[in-house]
Amino acid sequence: MTIAQPTRPLPAKRRFTRKQRRLTLIAAAGAVLFVAAGLVLFAMRDTIVFFYGPTEIAEKGVLPGTRMRLGGLVETGSVQRGAGQRISFSVTDGKTSIKVGYDGLLPDLFREGQGVVTEGVFEGAGRFKADSVLAKHDETYMPREVADALKKQGHWQAGSSGSPAAAPAKP
Amino acid sequence: MIVEIGHYALALALGVSVIQAVVPFWGVFRQDRTLASVGSSAALVSFALVALSFAALVTSYVRSDFSVGNVVANSHSAQPLIYKFTSVWGNHEGSMLLWVLILTLFGALVALSRRSLPPRLRAGTLAVQGLVAVAFLAFTLLTSNPFQRLAPVPAEGQDLNPILQDLGLAIHPPLLYIGYVGFSITYAFAVAALIDGRIDAMWARAVRPWTLLAWTFLTLGIAMGSYWAYYELGWGGWWFWDPVENASFMPWLAGTALIHSTVVMEKRDALKVWTILLAILTFSLSLLGTFIVRSGVLTSVHSFATDPARGLFILLILIFFVGGSLALFAWRAPLLRQGGLFAPVSRESALVVNNVFLATACATVFVGTLYPLLLEMLTGDKISVGAPFYNATFVPVMVPLLLLLPIGQSLAWKRGDLLGAAQRNAVAFGLAVLAALALLFFTRGGPVLAPLGVGLGVFLVLGAGFDLAERIVTRASGWQAMLSRARGLPRSAWGTALAHAGIGLSIIGIAAQAWSTEAITVLKPGERLTSGRYTIVLEGMSPRTGPNFRAEVARFQLFAGDRELTPVEASKRVYTARAMPTTEAGIRTDGLSQAYVSLGEAQDGVVAVRLYDKPLILLIWIGSLVMALGGGLSLTDRRFRLAAPKRAAPAGAVQPAE
Repeated sequence: MTIAQPTRPLPAKRRFTRKQRRLTLIAAAGAVLFVAAGLVLFAMRDTIVFFYGPTEIAEKGVLPGTRMRLGGLVETGSVQRGAGQRISFSVTDGKTSIKVGYDGLLPDLFREGQGVVTEGVFEGAGRFKADSVLAKHDETYMPREVADALKKQGHWQAGSSGSPAAAPAKP
Repeated sequence: MIVEIGHYALALALGVSVIQAVVPFWGVFRQDRTLASVGSSAALVSFALVALSFAALVTSYVRSDFSVGNVVANSHSAQPLIYKFTSVWGNHEGSMLLWVLILTLFGALVALSRRSLPPRLRAGTLAVQGLVAVAFLAFTLLTSNPFQRLAPVPAEGQDLNPILQDLGLAIHPPLLYIGYVGFSITYAFAVAALIDGRIDAMWARAVRPWTLLAWTFLTLGIAMGSYWAYYELGWGGWWFWDPVENASFMPWLAGTALIHSTVVMEKRDALKVWTILLAILTFSLSLLGTFIVRSGVLTSVHSFATDPARGLFILLILIFFVGGSLALFAWRAPLLRQGGLFAPVSRESALVVNNVFLATACATVFVGTLYPLLLEMLTGDKISVGAPFYNATFVPVMVPLLLLLPIGQSLAWKRGDLLGAAQRNAVAFGLAVLAALALLFFTRGGPVLAPLGVGLGVFLVLGAGFDLAERIVTRASGWQAMLSRARGLPRSAWGTALAHAGIGLSIIGIAAQAWSTEAITVLKPGERLTSGRYTIVLEGMSPRTGPNFRAEVARFQLFAGDRELTPVEASKRVYTARAMPTTEAGIRTDGLSQAYVSLGEAQDGVVAVRLYDKPLILLIWIGSLVMALGGGLSLTDRRFRLAAPKRAAPAGAVQPAE
């Protein structure tokens, strides 16, 4: 813009416009927020994954086919390796255990007797198909959800929680 | 002795910060210039003291002084020097000290800046900054003292978490903190303006360089963190929508909005109240991030040792600063003089649209991050909110914003011409559509949205380029005229174009990840694995010993089609001090794409291997770098240069449009 435009005399309806413009702005912003709120509510229904411990699955009556996170301890002696990367292990909270099938690389700190969080689909009848196993990033760390699930079943020893934390190990 | 000096200096800094927080206010109240200017000296002294304290901690780490608890817990005498150094902020206490160091550094910078700030504003800003420093120094000293001594001195340290023993740790936290904490200055400016009850274009001009500085570093910090997670964690992803990632992303979104709204305020003296609110919210989100990271209320990759006392303390700080400033806002904002009006089709309106969308996008991330916490408090149900949520909420809000960006960018101030702006972008849009269609055609059967994403990115890059070209290239003038026009363009115009092109590049990179492929198998030496365009052949495994770890290294030949690339190595390390295994991915850059090899378990001569083909992935981070470069370039604009001599503009001189 190199030419300064002569300022046009403002139209007579100026007093009207301030309010009008503000209303337009508020309406437009409101519309964007409204749409976003709709998207959020819609997404809340479909994209959110619940976390359960093995006992809670039965207690809360989780239906087979539900996508969820399962957390607990890897039961000692339960890890079995199949062909390729196939692996199965049991996740327990000391009271109930669920058999988990997984096909992929395990995180570095996956061990028997240690805490684990897996995400996948509950298949019913105590079976779970995991598509990701979340790793810990520190030896002493216990994912909070796992700690809570264990506490509920009375299998929690204090002092086993620590510093840095669980991280995604996508399959 | 050094340790005690560090501790003492920190305590002294707390005292000086109290002076910095109280005396300038008193001076403004009493109309006493001398008292009001105490803030500057106090800010400088406070920074010097915290720097001394930080240096003391660094010395203890570098010397492996195991009489200090913090050093024992996070360092090891066998660590390479660089990691001994970076271990300082690889833990909660040390990183708090870095946080406070940067906080006081910003206070000192305000004190030093020669810009002609109104004295009342400078006094108020330094006082508010001092108040923030008081809160965080007290937090550090009372709950997170890094100088705690240990009674029986252990012979050896427990080593730093191996994942943090990486150059990423040297770079990521300082950059991120400069960004996070830098927004404290805009917050301080906003609160000072509210107290003062005066706000004008001068305020916007004073705040803008600080916002730009913080935003630029935050951009770099987030990008660096993302790349670090990508190569270090061995999972092949670059963003997980983890609560802590979101904690840095929310201030970034709000800060981006703030950069744009201060432009409107500076140029048109409008949007004042909103800009003040945004400045408060941006730093509030930084504080929220600090709370999320350090309280352990949300499970995340980054959580530090959780201690309820710390969480509560930060929550109190959060409530005080957010609640206090919002209350002040509610009380004082209606008293501020109303800003000017503007036409619906104009640059300023386009920037309002930008703000509406960015604020909404930020709100969706906010809901996704905090909803699990709320739900657990209310019902006890535990949920996780991941990528699908954000794909369904954040992305649909961002897409219209980015589509409108090139058009808004080419609208004129005051009275824009929508048709003209659309026409100016028609070529860029047409080319982008062509690119998307061509991609759709060549990748038939593949993902459908990805080509559209690439098209969007191309539109942004071309739009930014054409917008610049428009101002430089004129008909009937030689290249010399163009060159001088290019030189005459303000740096901030170049900065804007670069930042917008940077987003475009990042989006191309992000969209291209839809074509990334992954293959997993177990390999014996001599066997091969193919994923996408890349094939690896396992040559063999060999043990190797590092300074504080043992490694099992797998060496692979790498082929892209028939072309042989440099071999790639991936390894499993076991860090001896903690007996903790880590995976070191092997990454080979091939143009803008990468082949990414990660190891699983090795036994009986076979090893589990995962191979990714990551097309154009480098664009994600290159785009971020370009964005940050744009921010940096804007920062060097004549208007913002600290202590810039004022160029006397000849009367009636034409300012180039920006």
